[in-house]
Amino acid sequence: MELTFIDIIRRALDEEMDRDAAIYLLGEDVAAGGAFGVTKGLVDKHGTNRVKNTPISEAAITGMATGAALCGLRPVLEIMFIDFATLAMDCLVNQAAKYRYMSGGQLSVPMVVRTQVGAAGGAAAQHSQSLESWFIHVPGLIVVAPSSPVEAYGLLKSAIRLSDPVLFIEHKRLYAMKEDLPEGAGPLPIGQARVARAGKDVTIIVYSAMVRTALAAADNLAKEGISCEVIDLRTLVPLDIETLLKSVTKTRRVVIAHEAVEVGGVGAEIAARLGSLAFEELDAPIVRVGCPFAPIPFAPELEKALLPGSREIEKAVRELIA
Amino acid sequence: MSANVSSNLAAMLKIRRFEEQCIAMARAGKLPGHYHVYIGQEATAVAACAALKPEDFLFSTWRNHGHLLARGASPGKMLAEILGRSGGYAGGKSGTLHLSANDLGMPTTSALVGGSLPLATGAALACKRQGKGIAVAFFGDAGLEEGAFYESMIIAQVWQVPILFVCENNSIPPKDRKRGQYTSSTLPAQRLGDVTQSLQIPSEAVDGTDLTAMEECFKRLTAEVRNGGGPRFVEVCCSRWPGNIMTWPELPGGDWQIDWAFGGKPDVDAMVAWLSSDPLSLYLKKQLAAGALDRTQIEAIDAAVKKEMTGAAQFALDSAFPEASEAYRHVFAAQESAL
Ligand SMILES: Cc1ncc(C[n+]2csc(CCOP(=O)(O)OP(=O)(O)O)c2C)c(N)n1
Ligand SMILES: [Mg+2]
Repeated sequence: MELTFIDIIRRALDEEMDRDAAIYLLGEDVAAGGAFGVTKGLVDKHGTNRVKNTPISEAAITGMATGAALCGLRPVLEIMFIDFATLAMDCLVNQAAKYRYMSGGQLSVPMVVRTQVGAAGGAAAQHSQSLESWFIHVPGLIVVAPSSPVEAYGLLKSAIRLSDPVLFIEHKRLYAMKEDLPEGAGPLPIGQARVARAGKDVTIIVYSAMVRTALAAADNLAKEGISCEVIDLRTLVPLDIETLLKSVTKTRRVVIAHEAVEVGGVGAEIAARLGSLAFEELDAPIVRVGCPFAPIPFAPELEKALLPGSREIEKAVRELIA
Repeated sequence: MSANVSSNLAAMLKIRRFEEQCIAMARAGKLPGHYHVYIGQEATAVAACAALKPEDFLFSTWRNHGHLLARGASPGKMLAEILGRSGGYAGGKSGTLHLSANDLGMPTTSALVGGSLPLATGAALACKRQGKGIAVAFFGDAGLEEGAFYESMIIAQVWQVPILFVCENNSIPPKDRKRGQYTSSTLPAQRLGDVTQSLQIPSEAVDGTDLTAMEECFKRLTAEVRNGGGPRFVEVCCSRWPGNIMTWPELPGGDWQIDWAFGGKPDVDAMVAWLSSDPLSLYLKKQLAAGALDRTQIEAIDAAVKKEMTGAAQFALDSAFPEASEAYRHVFAAQESAL
């Protein structure tokens, strides 16, 4: 049966809660389903003790999730928009990310923060951002960014089972995407990228909703005789540099694309690493595709003008080949 | 009919008709994104703005349309912004969530819960330093769930800045909530003013359905703030309009009808019940009972408001979509001078 991204995450949460009584959900309105309906109905089965509505208090609820994680529970916290994670930054950056290290390995923070990114038409500058690169800069945080419902299912299960704090990034434009959940699907490895399409001329490195976009670009480019290898990072921390190096050694050309602002983005880190580790393997400079250096504007016409899509990826690939 | 009665009525009707038009535009697929309307809270903005001077600063939330209209913003430019057109207040960059009118002392709207409270406190500091004006922060009950509320209150009180905090409490008591309903805060304080009272900030509660009571309240409190009395906090006890039940407002019973003040009834039960706490209907009934106006006068005011709204809609729809190049402008002030 086909399930949407939302349905599949709900299923993963439900199954993990069945498996381990220490797991509980909290967040603004999660008992009613949250802003996007991901947790809808879970309260009926698991009760209000395990599906907890919180006040609109991002700093406090992230701190509480961290505290509970330090003391035996396994919270899965929903922060409605990654834009609001700014209010939870002290806890995520100064606290959750550091306790294992600061305690000399005595403590762990088995917590997942599910949040949601991206622009999807008219949500304006404070509800449309892709801020994931902030988090890859903080040692101690795992950052996961699934590209499809089935991927999200496996990655969320693994994230919940980890003993480290995880930022689990869902893209709002993926929420309605449908896929069949294969028989026997289970947790997916954290820190292992996936070759989403094999190719030989150019490597396109992507994650989250951009994987779908890159696959569409690769389809179009194939018609012109350009063969693209599309790599879905799955996790930004840890970064599977081995898989990237293997692909680069084969194609010798790289495009890295993300919806987040290009400046200081995840692509900058990957480009720097590939640039030093695979300098000899590259036939051309690494090209990045990302949002121009501007906030996301409200008017859909303006939003469209900024958001990178398959056209921008195709253009980058063609220029690289030329 | 006194000038005050007719201007109050026109101001409240303007907000109601504007919001009805937004809902109609959204239905017609012309309004991108999600939005919030001010139906049922009109009297608060009207009474508060009547007590303000041009040099004062106002801060609002996502539920800002009423505050802007009561402050005198152009409905055409507002709607153009809400539809993402170049003729809007920010040329389509802010939309409804960040709608503001800097020339009217409304510099910005933060769509983060509690986000405008520190900003308004800072504006009050600027007023104090510059020796003119006061700041008014409109915010919802959920604002009290964010730490920024407490931090702002403490600084405002310790620094004695001229600010009036207006909390529009439209929450639903937990026992009355239905599943899937639009979010509502759960605050353990009986009266929200008890919270600020403990910080020595004088507070009071006022009935958000009673325009006359609020006129008196805001006039008195803004005078106290203006005269160097430090911050004040007022909880406006609002009624929750039945259309405000989910993220996407509905218009149960259709557009508001003058006839509803003359014994006519909407065909939706929840609306019939709500009319007894609708500030607009209540104000009308009170003025009618006092013989301050008659139906013909009400109809004339409504007709003028509707005409203004039709003009606003025309202006907004005629306004061009912004040029793509606009997306790159206004990131930095330095950029503007370089252009
Ligand atoms: C920091 C932050 N967290 C969550 C949200 C999502 N959100 C938007 S409006 C809202 C409820 C606000 O309620 P209230 O302040 O009472 O205002 P009302 O809409 O009732 O007027 C929430 C939780 C947000 N905008 N900002
Ligand atoms: Mg409220």
